Amino acid sequence: MPTIKVDGQELEVKEGVNLLDALLSAGIDVPYFCWHPSMGSIGACRQCAVIQYADEEDTRGRIVMSCMTPVTDNAVFSVDAENAATFRDSVIENLMLNHPHDCPVCEEGGECHLQDMTVMAGHRNRQYEGKKTTYPNQYLGPFIGHEMNRCISCYRCVRYYRDYSGGHDLSAFASRSRVFFGRAADGVLENEFAGNLVEVCPTGVFTDKTLSKHYTRKWDLQSAPTVCQGCSLGCNTYTSERYGEIRRVHNRYHQDVNGYFLCDRGRFGAGFVASSKRIPQSGIRNDQGLYDAVSLDTAITKIQAIISEGTKVVGIGSARASLESNFALRQFVGQENFCNGMTEIDQEMHGIIIDVLQSKLTTPSLTEVEEYDAVLILGEDVTNHAPRLALSVRQATRNLASEMAGNTQIPQWHDAAVRVLAQNHRSPLIVVTPTEDRLDEVASSSMRLMPRDIAELGYALAEEIAGNTTSSTPDVEAIARTLLEAKKPLVISGSSSQSPDILKAAVNLSLALKDRNDRAGIFLCANECNSVGVAMIDNERSISELLSTSPSVVVVLENDLSIRLGQQFSSSISSVNNLIAIDHLDNSTTSASSVVLPAATFAEAEGTLVNSEGRAQRSMAVYKAQDEIKAGYHLIDALAGNERSSTEVRSELSEQIPALAGILKAAPESDFRFEGAKFPRMTHRSSGRTAMRADISVHEPKQPVDEESALSFSMEGNQQQAPASLRAYTWSPGWNSNQSVHKFQSEVGGEYVGGDSGYLLFRESVDIEPFSKSTQAYSALIPRYHIFGSDELSAESEELSTLIPRPYLRINNTTAKNLKVEQGDGLMCTINNGNLQFAVIVDEAIPDNTFVYPIIPETRGMNGISSTDFSRVDDWVQDMDPLSPKTITTDRSS
Amino acid sequence: MSETPLTRNIAPGKPPTDLAAYDANGGYQAVRDTIGKVDPDGVLDIIKDSNLRGRGGAGYPTGMKWSFVPKPRPDEGHRYLVANADEMEPGTFKDRLLMEFDPHQLIEGMILSSYTISADRGYIFIRDEYHTAIKRLNDAIKEAENKNYLGDRILGTDFSFHLHVHVSAGRYICGEETALLNSLEGKRANPRAKPPFPQVSGLWGRPTIVNNVETLCNIPHIVTHGADWYQSLGSGNDAGTKLYGASGRVKKPGCWELPIGTSIREILENHAGGMLDGYELKGLLPGGASTDFLVAEPLDLPMDYESIMQAGSRMGTGTMIILDDKTCPVGMIANLMKFFARESCGFCTPCREGLPWVKQILDGIEAGTGRLGDMDILERQSQFIGAISNTHCAHAPGAIEPLSSGLKYFHEDFIAHIENKTCPYTGGAT
Repeated sequence: MPTIKVDGQELEVKEGVNLLDALLSAGIDVPYFCWHPSMGSIGACRQCAVIQYADEEDTRGRIVMSCMTPVTDNAVFSVDAENAATFRDSVIENLMLNHPHDCPVCEEGGECHLQDMTVMAGHRNRQYEGKKTTYPNQYLGPFIGHEMNRCISCYRCVRYYRDYSGGHDLSAFASRSRVFFGRAADGVLENEFAGNLVEVCPTGVFTDKTLSKHYTRKWDLQSAPTVCQGCSLGCNTYTSERYGEIRRVHNRYHQDVNGYFLCDRGRFGAGFVASSKRIPQSGIRNDQGLYDAVSLDTAITKIQAIISEGTKVVGIGSARASLESNFALRQFVGQENFCNGMTEIDQEMHGIIIDVLQSKLTTPSLTEVEEYDAVLILGEDVTNHAPRLALSVRQATRNLASEMAGNTQIPQWHDAAVRVLAQNHRSPLIVVTPTEDRLDEVASSSMRLMPRDIAELGYALAEEIAGNTTSSTPDVEAIARTLLEAKKPLVISGSSSQSPDILKAAVNLSLALKDRNDRAGIFLCANECNSVGVAMIDNERSISELLSTSPSVVVVLENDLSIRLGQQFSSSISSVNNLIAIDHLDNSTTSASSVVLPAATFAEAEGTLVNSEGRAQRSMAVYKAQDEIKAGYHLIDALAGNERSSTEVRSELSEQIPALAGILKAAPESDFRFEGAKFPRMTHRSSGRTAMRADISVHEPKQPVDEESALSFSMEGNQQQAPASLRAYTWSPGWNSNQSVHKFQSEVGGEYVGGDSGYLLFRESVDIEPFSKSTQAYSALIPRYHIFGSDELSAESEELSTLIPRPYLRINNTTAKNLKVEQGDGLMCTINNGNLQFAVIVDEAIPDNTFVYPIIPETRGMNGISSTDFSRVDDWVQDMDPLSPKTITTDRSS
Repeated sequence: MSETPLTRNIAPGKPPTDLAAYDANGGYQAVRDTIGKVDPDGVLDIIKDSNLRGRGGAGYPTGMKWSFVPKPRPDEGHRYLVANADEMEPGTFKDRLLMEFDPHQLIEGMILSSYTISADRGYIFIRDEYHTAIKRLNDAIKEAENKNYLGDRILGTDFSFHLHVHVSAGRYICGEETALLNSLEGKRANPRAKPPFPQVSGLWGRPTIVNNVETLCNIPHIVTHGADWYQSLGSGNDAGTKLYGASGRVKKPGCWELPIGTSIREILENHAGGMLDGYELKGLLPGGASTDFLVAEPLDLPMDYESIMQAGSRMGTGTMIILDDKTCPVGMIANLMKFFARESCGFCTPCREGLPWVKQILDGIEAGTGRLGDMDILERQSQFIGAISNTHCAHAPGAIEPLSSGLKYFHEDFIAHIENKTCPYTGGAT
């Protein structure tokens, strides 16, 4: 490790980093704008200037940009030197010439990196008296606001959007003091990770519209460390609220999971908490089939009566509910009467995923995925099913660039130089999916195969790599060669294919690879935020199996059975006397229930989830739910006449299910304290708490008490000393934006001081045998995931819902001709007694008589529809492109 | 009479040199004698020994620049030679002369240079406004291709070199070699941070040499006549001849090939014919618009890299802009700042924000609305923008040179503007 001298102080710094990185890691504040820990340096803003001296004797030195300066042994620097400070002051002064100083009306105010750096650089008096440059703003879609006048031209947005996340429709236009960062024309930003612009932008150019509509300053937000419910990856988020309303979701850094970035489903998908479908209160169905709102006590009493009269009571859990709630239900109905709420296919797939997680196979984290230098995607729609993984895969394709840079002595952080050197050279990525894939554009090769053939390909690759065959096709040989030549090959598959065969083939392939190269890895994407967790609790019987035991009472926990059972939904529950639904959004299942109990969402209840890589993570309640709304486990305990805290539920869970014992380590329990105090959800500057009810009474009511966790609904306590899993927001003196995160890291981009949150459950490696090749029956209907729409909950978020595709069917020409339709015509089928119409998209990559349909709210009951159910719509009028809904409005503020 | 190798085929009234005329005067003899016959390292040694320095403005030794190109490995991909013909420096028009009237000289220079650095692809990156040069270069390339001076397996050897003219979409900054490369790749013309240098990672990430047109035009003559001959052409420390130019209120503005190190007096008085009657020399920018003013008795300074540097300026492109006593220096500097602010690529803060502010203040002073405090801002901004490591590339530090030197030499003029609230010069439009 090189030793450098900074202002007389000797520092041991990490090899290969730039000086800015080293200084920030050492806790020395240097202002910066264009550098980003994940995106490296370009030297545009010139803010991080310091003095470098030739040696100890040199007293003059010269100004260097710390982000562009390698750390070498015995190098001598000064941050405090007067000429460096004067220069940094001038950078701020010049950046501010055209900045509008509209902080009071700017959404960034209070968590603005530009504000922080201005204060840090010490610049106060502006002498500029000229006019400010002004720009038109653009409509960028329902998520992101655009206020170009605030721009300081740091180029972070385009570097993030184009270089890092692979977007195409955001650019730097024009030149000189009129560089414009935006789209060629108004329109919805196309990239699935566009929301990160809100945090990447150091000032208020790109802002979160979902926050703007009911804006609250960061210091007035009450926040909690939460875990995204949008897919199986378990990205860490801060969810913030005010007045009992979710205001926004921000990235919560986790070294091994999401790093600095979220996908747009995660960032903008929490609005379902305030959906008009929200169930606010208990309801008992009356004779007219309508629900009478009743008190929770009344509803509980009613259910207890139903249960006591029932002959057989069973419980159906849910992959989108917490471990605690699922476990409480399983305890309540008994192990033999519980199912985890999955279909047979889902259960088989998640069984395989768990087998892999506990096997000797290497299962990388999202961050580790970025280190693999050859990736094969087998049947998984990564971008739409496990979006954040796609961002990692994109970085993995850059390993060749890193290697080239290493060979040319270009430092890895010298971002522009690495990109110039590598140009379009990418590490191999092979995408094998049924339809076109977003990652095709960075893939070295893409193959379009139907699920059956993808499985066949996987099995054939396993045989080829194991050396068990001499007659492989050229495709198989080429892919096998690519994987074998890699230093670290990775196979990605997952449940979006709805094909256990593909998963088995991926496992066999990975086992064969692992035998040849111990560094080979496999990443299997699970289905929902807690699919792995509930499968670990109990993966014994499917919903259909459980319902076939003729139960009289079925308690359904946070699960819409119509999605799982599809066309069989009505018939499956017809013999059930009483369906009891515990959920937070109205759906087909709650509408078919005798009694409905109002469950808390993730925002109102603490719960533990297990992600695709087997990491148990605790999501904390953001605010106290209204009286009648309770966590699933509390509602079930109430039915059982129990009263346990979540800590007590977890404690029993960890005793009864040893595989899940590690969840206790995911986060400290409710009795955890620092210097006798709990940890605050509000900032110490929260000006709202004592004032928000002042129009009613100046006497501030007692804050709600959080009995479930070590967090408090208040501003008292020491946020800076909170362990990562209990830090409700990130803030450090002088660092009001999310960029304060480095103050909590052991080094820039490293783990949190005191350890990251969560706990990896699978720590032993059990031997696993290759699966024997099976052939499942494949439907002619192939579901396709969409980042916006395929997730049940986020699809109910107001802004996100405007981007959900319209129903479509992708078929080839032959199928189209047989149905007497062509591109742009309509087809229809009957789902649950209603007609559903689809736009026809002709795609010659689809085989005959095969229908690719989107998983969106309208098509949730498609399970069980067959190819013969479709017929032509004669009076079809296509109103818009079904795939890219545009919600151009003239009202920029909405 | 001294030798003028660069312009030997060029004379007022003489038609542009085509292949026949070029050949007839010994053209392409260096190519015929060198390609496949002399080891590339041997050519490199000659260039190093010749002490040829880059004629684009920075004056970096050409042989040294070439020597940083890594040795080629088999099947490693293309390597590039780029002629920087994006001649946009205000007051500079020397490369235009060479390209319009003797295009084969540049082509021959590029063939020999690419042979030396093992480049197989070449581009002439030329500004759009040089319509005539573009046409003549394209015609000349066709002629050279027909004779197999260009193309595959040149003159039956293993050496191949394909040359293309790329017409720039505009922007002064494209004359910065790394911005030029980005532009050539179809990207924004932002300069690149160095290191890595283009020799290692240049066009499309491949080893690349970018040389000024005039520099490349010297190559055939050095290869033909040798390093000693070339050294003998210069009159001072530097070697060879230089195209010098003069513009402003002189009797005969123009461009002349003279021994490098010729004194300013000789250029001004013997070649440019002295100042127009009724005008006195007040100062001059020796090497184009982005160099410091010289005022105090500059006339006997030799125009070579070191002498001009020691006098506090840079020889730059060697084409002087003359400031006379009836032209307002504040107006002239404001005009230059307007140009440089407009031509900033917008990448780094001091240049993007700093130059327009300076320009605004100068406009105010020139218009009579300036205040004494403005002088402090101009000083501060000159410091802020002026050092080479303060900015991402050399554009702004060069651009600010007329201002920082002007503040020093023409201080009374600034103060007079501010105190009298008007420009004291009349009829002195720049």
